[in-house]
Amino acid sequence: MNSENKNYVIKINEMHKWFGSFHVLKNINLEVGQGERIVICGPSGSGKSTLIRCINRLEVHQQGHISVNGIELSGDLKNLEAIRSDVGMVFQSFNLFPHLSVLENCTLAPIWVRKMPKKDAEELAMEYLERVKIPEQAQKFPGQLSGGQQQRVAIARALCMKPKIMLFDEPTSALDPEMIKEVLDTMIELAETGMTMLVVTHEMGFAKKVADRVIFMDEGEIIEQNTPKLFFTKPTNNRTKLFLSQILNH
Amino acid sequence: MVFDKNNYSPGTHPDLPPPLGTVGVVGWLKNNLFSSLSNSILTLLSLYLLYLLIEGGLSWFVVDAVVNANDKPGCRKIADGACWAVIVKRFDQFIYGFYPLAERWRIDVSFCLLFVAAAPLLYPDIKFRKYMLVFSCIYPFIAFILIKGGLFNLLMIETNLFGGAMLTVIIGVTSIACSLPLGILLALGRQSRLKLVKVISVCFIEFMRGVPLITLLFVASTMLNYFLPPGTNFNLLIRVIIMMTFFSAAYIAEVIRGGIQAIPKGQYEAADAIGLTYWQTTRFITLPQALKISIPGIVNTFIGLYKDTTLVVIIGLLDPLGIGRAALADTKWNGLSTETYLFVAVIFFISCFAMSRYSLWLEKKLSTDHN
Ligand SMILES: Nc1ncnc2c1ncn2[C@@H]1O[C@H](COP(=O)(O)OP(=O)(O)OP(=O)(O)O)[C@@H](O)[C@H]1O
Ligand SMILES: [Mg+2]
Repeated sequence: MNSENKNYVIKINEMHKWFGSFHVLKNINLEVGQGERIVICGPSGSGKSTLIRCINRLEVHQQGHISVNGIELSGDLKNLEAIRSDVGMVFQSFNLFPHLSVLENCTLAPIWVRKMPKKDAEELAMEYLERVKIPEQAQKFPGQLSGGQQQRVAIARALCMKPKIMLFDEPTSALDPEMIKEVLDTMIELAETGMTMLVVTHEMGFAKKVADRVIFMDEGEIIEQNTPKLFFTKPTNNRTKLFLSQILNH
Repeated sequence: MVFDKNNYSPGTHPDLPPPLGTVGVVGWLKNNLFSSLSNSILTLLSLYLLYLLIEGGLSWFVVDAVVNANDKPGCRKIADGACWAVIVKRFDQFIYGFYPLAERWRIDVSFCLLFVAAAPLLYPDIKFRKYMLVFSCIYPFIAFILIKGGLFNLLMIETNLFGGAMLTVIIGVTSIACSLPLGILLALGRQSRLKLVKVISVCFIEFMRGVPLITLLFVASTMLNYFLPPGTNFNLLIRVIIMMTFFSAAYIAEVIRGGIQAIPKGQYEAADAIGLTYWQTTRFITLPQALKISIPGIVNTFIGLYKDTTLVVIIGLLDPLGIGRAALADTKWNGLSTETYLFVAVIFFISCFAMSRYSLWLEKKLSTDHN
C-alpha cells in the first residue's frame, strides 16, 4: 500500500470549489498514478475545465486537499511557479504568445524558469518541435500557422518544461476536422512515452485508444469512472447512458 | 484577344493577366480620378484650383520673396512677397535662443549625439545594439554636462539663456524619454493587486489628467517654491520638465492600460501555466503586446506633449514661438506674423511628422500576422 501511495502523482481528496455562491465542484476524489492516462468527459458546464485547472492552481479550491507530485496545494504555497512548471497545460484556444516566434514560444520558460542557457533551450525546443512534426515552422509567428499546427506548437511549448504531468483542456475543440487527427496523433505518441495525462475531450475514439480510465462528470460531480471498455459498453448511471447516447449517435 | 473558358479542359486553366485598364497607371487613374462623369468634373476642378493655389503661393513664397533686408520696409522696397529676412536675421535665435555664440558647438554636438543615443532605442535591429545602449544610458549625463557646463573647463551657461528650437528639443525629448517608463509603471500600478500601489497610481493619474497643463506650469514656476524648503533654488527648466513628464505620463498610463486590457485572458493563463512569475509575465508577455497595441496612442500623446511645450512661453521661457513673438514685437519687423508663425509651424511640423512616420514604420515592423 505504501509503495503504491508513492506512485500517485495527483491526489485529490474531498475537494470542493465555489464560484461566488455557485457550487461548481462537489466532493471530488481522484487519484492519478504515475503514467496513467485519464480522459474526462461530461456535458458542457459540468466543471471539467475547472477541475483540471485546479490541478495547476489556475483556479483555487476552497475546501479539501489537492496534492501534486507530493506537494499540497494551499494558500501559503511559496513557489507556485515551480509546481506549475512541472505541470504542462494545453488549452482549447492554444494561447500561444502571438508576438513571439514559434521557437521563442518554446524557449521562453526553459530560459527564464529553468534558467537554461539559450543555446541549450533552442536545441531542446527543436527536439520537441521535431517530435510534433513542425521543425520547419520554428521561425514563423503563431499567426502564420494553421490551427492544428498552433496546437502542436502549444504541446511542444508545454513539453519543453519537461513536465511530469500534462493537462489538456479540449485541445481539439477549436479545430477543423482535418486538423483534429494531427493533434490527436501527437497526443497518442505522447501517451506512448508514458506521460501522465489528464485529457478533457469529447473524442471518444481517443479515449478508447489510449485512456486507462474514463471519468464522467456532471453538475460538478464525478458520476462514474471506469476503463474505457467497460465505460462505453456497460455504463451504470443513467446520466452517463444519456450522455453517451447523445455523443455517439450524432 | 477573346478567352473562352471552354478552350481549356478542367484543371488546365493557365494564369491570365488581368483585363487591360484595371491595373497600372491607367487603371489607377480610371478607378480613382475618372470613375464617373461627376468624379471627372471634380477632378478637373480640383486640378484648376490646385494650379491657382500653387501659382499664387509660389510667387508669394519664392518669386516675390525677400531674404536679404534689415527691416520690413527694406523688404517691401525690393518686392511685396514674403519677407523671409526676419527669419534669416533671427535664425540663430530661433535655434539656440540666447546661448552664447562661442559655445553653440556644444549644442550642435549634443544634438548629433542624440541621434546616436536614440538609434538603438528606436531601431531594435541595429548593429552593435548592446554597446550602443550603453552609450544611450550615459548620454543624458554627457548632454547635461555639455549643455549646462560647469565641469571639465566648460563654461557654465545659465538656463535662462536657453531658448528656441533647442529649448523645445530639450524639454520635449527629456519629457518623452521620462514619461514612457513612468507611464508604464503607473499603468501597471493601476492594475496592481496591491491596494496601496493601486490607490497611489489612480490618484496620480486622475489628478494630472484633471488639471490643465497651464496650471501645472504655473505651479512649477511659482507655487513650487512654497512647497520646497526655503533657500532651495530649484531650476525653473527642470521644474517645467518634471511637470511636463508627470502630465504626459498620466496620459501614457491610460493609453497603455487600454493596451493591457486588450490582451486576452488566455495569455496570462498560458504564462502562469508554464511557470512564469508576475514580473516575467509583465516583461515578456504583457508589456510587449500592450505597448505594440498602444503605439498609435502613445505617439499621439508624445506629439501632443511636444506641441504643448509652446505653453512655456506663458511662464517666460522663449521657445521658437516665444522667439517669434519677440521678433514681431520688434518695431523693425512689426506685422510679419505670417512669415514668423509659418516658420515656427515648420519647426514643429518636422519633428511631429517624423514621430508620426516612425510610429507607422514601427507598427508595420512589429506586425506578426500573415505577411
Ligand atoms: N470564472 C468563473 N466565474 C464564475 N463561474 C464560472 C467561472 N468559470 C466557469 N464558471 C462556471 O462554472 C461551471 C463549470 O465551468 P467549466 O468551464 O469547468 O465547465 P466545462 O465542463 O469545462 O464545460 P465546457 O465543456 O463548456 O468547457 C459553468 O457553469 C461555468 O459557467
Ligand atoms: Mg471547458
